[in-house]
Amino acid sequence: MNDDRVFKALADPTRRFLLDLLFTRDGRTLTELESELEMSRFGVMKHLRVLEEANLVVTRRSGREKLHFLNPVPIREIHDRWIDKYTERHTAALLELKAELEDES
Amino acid sequence: MTTATQTTTQVYRIYIKATPEAIWDAITKPEWTARYGYTGLASYDLRPGGAYTVAPTPEFKAAAEAQGFPCPDVIVDGEVIEAEPPRRLVTTFRMLMDPGMAAEGFTRITHEISPAPDGKSSSLTVTHELAGAPLLAALSRGDNEAEGAGGGHAWVLSDLKSLLETGAPLAG
Repeated sequence: MNDDRVFKALADPTRRFLLDLLFTRDGRTLTELESELEMSRFGVMKHLRVLEEANLVVTRRSGREKLHFLNPVPIREIHDRWIDKYTERHTAALLELKAELEDES
Repeated sequence: MTTATQTTTQVYRIYIKATPEAIWDAITKPEWTARYGYTGLASYDLRPGGAYTVAPTPEFKAAAEAQGFPCPDVIVDGEVIEAEPPRRLVTTFRMLMDPGMAAEGFTRITHEISPAPDGKSSSLTVTHELAGAPLLAALSRGDNEAEGAGGGHAWVLSDLKSLLETGAPLAG
């Protein structure tokens, strides 16, 4: 089941950090991503492979470089299937409240 | 490709339990495009240099105007660059619903469809090159969803998958 792969991929702080990096600036090389982490190149590659297998990262070749792009579709599918269906209204209100309170502090 | 174009390109991929032919039809035929996502009526002249346009359905036009957006009779225009059914479709794309986006000019969208090794599903990858089009890039990312502008490509693809796999879009 594809959802399992997505949840497993997201259940790791390094992999969430990699997604956040791509959200800030998309289309990065392995070398660029590696420079943001205190981890071996091999370790970063392993995390990127898990993200690719979950379809959260899609790679494209550009000349000699392999660029990594954040693919938000699986998260959207989870949103549409789980969040939209049950809790969106409440979640939005709570997220707003959280943002407001955190802004104040 | 420079760093600037890398950061403005958006890539979306979805796996759908459908044949490449069914996905191709759902992208290129108005009787399908009216049923998911932004529900526009797509029209493609599927040869290099052929015209690509999207017209609003009467319901879409009425809804847009009720929200205070004047809706033109052509909401997207562009040109077919490559058409290899059912695998690859490259077009230019200009959004005409909003004067600011229309002024950003033409962007480029590539649709790639591949059957998955399991033979039961296919992948659809949408690559949108959005250099010089920050307003359309925000719309495509779904940034304006809270204002009723739809959730961009990810939302459209999730809806397309639902339609092809279950016979009904998410909202329906």
